[in-house]
Amino acid sequence: MARFVDLTLNGVSNGMIYAAVALSLVLIWRATRIVNFAQGGMLMITTFIASSVIGSSGSYWLGFAVALASGLVLGAVVERLLIRRVADGPALNAVIVALGLLVLLQALAGMIWGGTPRSFEPAFSIRGYFIGGRHVLFGPMDSFTVLAVLGVAVLLWLLFQRTSIGLQMRASAFAPAVARLQGVRVGNMLTLGWALAALCGSLAGLLVAPAVFVGPNNFDPILVFGFTAAVIGGLDSPVGGVIGGLVLGLVLSYVAGYWGSAMVNLSALFVLIAVLMVRPEGLFATRAARRI
Amino acid sequence: MTFARNLAIAVALGVAAYLLSISLSPFDNLRLASMAYYFVALAGLTVLTGLSGQISLGHGALMAVGAYTSAILISRDGWALVPALVAATVVTALVGVLVGVVSARLRGPYLAGATLAFAVGLPGLADKYPHAFGGENGLTVNPPIAPTSLGANFPLERWEAWIACGCALVTFVVLAGLARGRVGRSLRALRDDDVAAQLAGVDVGRLRVLAFVVSAGCAGLAGAAFVAVTQIAAPGAFQLALSLSLLTGIVLGGLGSLWGALWGAAALVLLPSWSDDIAHSLSLSGDVQANLPLAIYGVVLIGVIMAAPTGLQGLVRRLSHVVRGRLFKPEEESA
Amino acid sequence: MLSVDGVQTYYGPVMALDGVSLEVAPGSITAVLGANGAGKSSLLRTVSGLVRPRAGSVRFDGREVAGLAPEKIVRMGLAHAPEGGGVIAELTVQENLELGALWRRDRAERDRTFGEVFALLPRLEERRGLAAGSLSGGERQMLSIGRALMGRPRMLLLDEPSLGLAPIMAAEIMAVIGELRHSQGLTVLLVEQNAHSALSVADRGVVLNVGRVVASGEASDLAADEDLRHHYLGL
Repeated sequence: MARFVDLTLNGVSNGMIYAAVALSLVLIWRATRIVNFAQGGMLMITTFIASSVIGSSGSYWLGFAVALASGLVLGAVVERLLIRRVADGPALNAVIVALGLLVLLQALAGMIWGGTPRSFEPAFSIRGYFIGGRHVLFGPMDSFTVLAVLGVAVLLWLLFQRTSIGLQMRASAFAPAVARLQGVRVGNMLTLGWALAALCGSLAGLLVAPAVFVGPNNFDPILVFGFTAAVIGGLDSPVGGVIGGLVLGLVLSYVAGYWGSAMVNLSALFVLIAVLMVRPEGLFATRAARRI
Repeated sequence: MTFARNLAIAVALGVAAYLLSISLSPFDNLRLASMAYYFVALAGLTVLTGLSGQISLGHGALMAVGAYTSAILISRDGWALVPALVAATVVTALVGVLVGVVSARLRGPYLAGATLAFAVGLPGLADKYPHAFGGENGLTVNPPIAPTSLGANFPLERWEAWIACGCALVTFVVLAGLARGRVGRSLRALRDDDVAAQLAGVDVGRLRVLAFVVSAGCAGLAGAAFVAVTQIAAPGAFQLALSLSLLTGIVLGGLGSLWGALWGAAALVLLPSWSDDIAHSLSLSGDVQANLPLAIYGVVLIGVIMAAPTGLQGLVRRLSHVVRGRLFKPEEESA
Repeated sequence: MLSVDGVQTYYGPVMALDGVSLEVAPGSITAVLGANGAGKSSLLRTVSGLVRPRAGSVRFDGREVAGLAPEKIVRMGLAHAPEGGGVIAELTVQENLELGALWRRDRAERDRTFGEVFALLPRLEERRGLAAGSLSGGERQMLSIGRALMGRPRMLLLDEPSLGLAPIMAAEIMAVIGELRHSQGLTVLLVEQNAHSALSVADRGVVLNVGRVVASGEASDLAADEDLRHHYLGL
């Protein structure tokens, strides 16, 4: 029983990290109908930047802030320079550009920081809370993880649903030509969307870094899990992405605990397939595919 | 008529490969072999993505299926080379049926995601069942032995190149016939507008599965050829990066054309080694040197798509139209 | 108010407008008529900036707007309700309307405009919280017009507002358009396939065929011209 509780708590904490990546992918999908396979590379770069800032300044929170800020900048730059050129063409082109960017970012990281993964001190203690006579598998760092991601999710929700900018962003995502006719500067909205998405990704990178270490290829699994979470929830739905992240986090935690950690990745596939067979557009997708 | 033409082209390519193999150094013969098995994989992927419009990020894992199948059969059960190659192809094709049936219901990014998860998940089996699959170190096989009729000192690398090129030629003939025939037309209709194709009576579901099966079989054969050339089947060789490389290869080469697969295969082998040479000649620092090939790779990927969305083959086609050379007539007009 | 001169518009290699010229006087309703594919929608899309003309000039209120981005042109007071309405189905009626007024800073002004639009189109007020996708065709057209009005435009481009609507609904919409011209002095360029109802509310008419102007004049004259109606308007 204790084991089950531990695995559940651990699953929630991991799940929130996947949710953050999922949010990032959903935001971009809604804005530009592209799956940002480069997200893993982008959050890797910003986490490296954080690592360097922390190392030279000694301040975790400064590094944290710089990482989030550089995420914003990186997202905006990528959209402006690269994505804008390929968003209108065949879908495969955007996929390839994203993959090319991923490869490029990983290579650049290797050049600047070297290939050896480095450790990353967590913001808070990872030692579990002392409850019921033992240390459960959920500590201050996990609390921070859950609160940070939930906080960002809520803030984003407020932005999209309650502000004028959010309305413009949604209009730009749903119907860009019509939005332009209403005076919306659609191009700027798309850039903003990418910037915010990269912010979410950066957060995820910072939260997972202590566990996976910071190296050019260390964040690839997180991208996969985040993507799976997003697809489970429906690429169209931010709420679905968060819930998908939680579900996936729990499932994978149980798999790791009861079946073996080697089967975690494959289990993500099973979950994904199971969901997609039932609802090929994801569980929370608001728009069914337009057939005829 | 068409079959004879494709056969003639294959013979010509075979002769070219033969001439190359006897004049190249052992190292270059290995590169020729690499290009050959990449071509096999890319050709199959061309049928899938270029012809029927389905995106797969999982073909690296399918190559692993073929590789491990042939490795197990050869090293553990003592099979001969050719039967093992055939078996690898068949087994992977059967896996392709499974993947295809699942994938046939999915569209665009969902399909990409599912195949992505497949690519990342499958290597875990090697760790879970280390006894069967050799764990992280994988399985090794003995080098393939050239038949005695070729002489006692027949270079290993040349023999490996012949094996791989043989696979490539067979693949070429089969797929070229497929692409030109009724199946190819149906697949292209599928790619361009699957709703219209359905209305026209094309059995969309079955066709998608067929495309997967064919491409999976090719991937399996490529994986088995890989084992013949490198004598090892280990998880490290079949990571996500391989699937990404394959996808990149067909895009670089231009989607939807078997000649494009040839270009792509050459690019996948030559680009990294050329960029290695550049790094050496510029005497760059260790870290930069190690990562420069990858960085160039990424830049080339982005650059090619931005500049030439139809890939290299599209460029070639435009050039050949200008020059009016009809020597390398493309398989069909891609978009 | 609007002066189109020798405009040529292409979609890729296909020519949609071949040297179209017309004038729209302030406070008037001009109908653009013609068969399918005559270039009517292309004309509106060129004027509002969705499409850049290859040649010719478009002057709105004296200023050259050809080649400007649509979001800039809207801010000059030219609103375009596109073919099919273009309401964003995923947003609510309220949100769609808000979208029309977003670039206006003044909050009080915006609220006042809401009131006016709801007064003109009461059905929208009843459904203000609903998703726009749940509205009927006629209601969507109303929403489209209402949204265009939210920006307090001086000129309105309407692309086939009665398309696919029952005659009663179409008549209602035409009445609203007439009312707007009457009460606000709104200038309207109205594209319609239904020549009869369009000419009944318009002051002037322009007939397009294969991208060219083949007739123009007073609406009543055009309506009375038997040959014209037969050849180009299918009446």
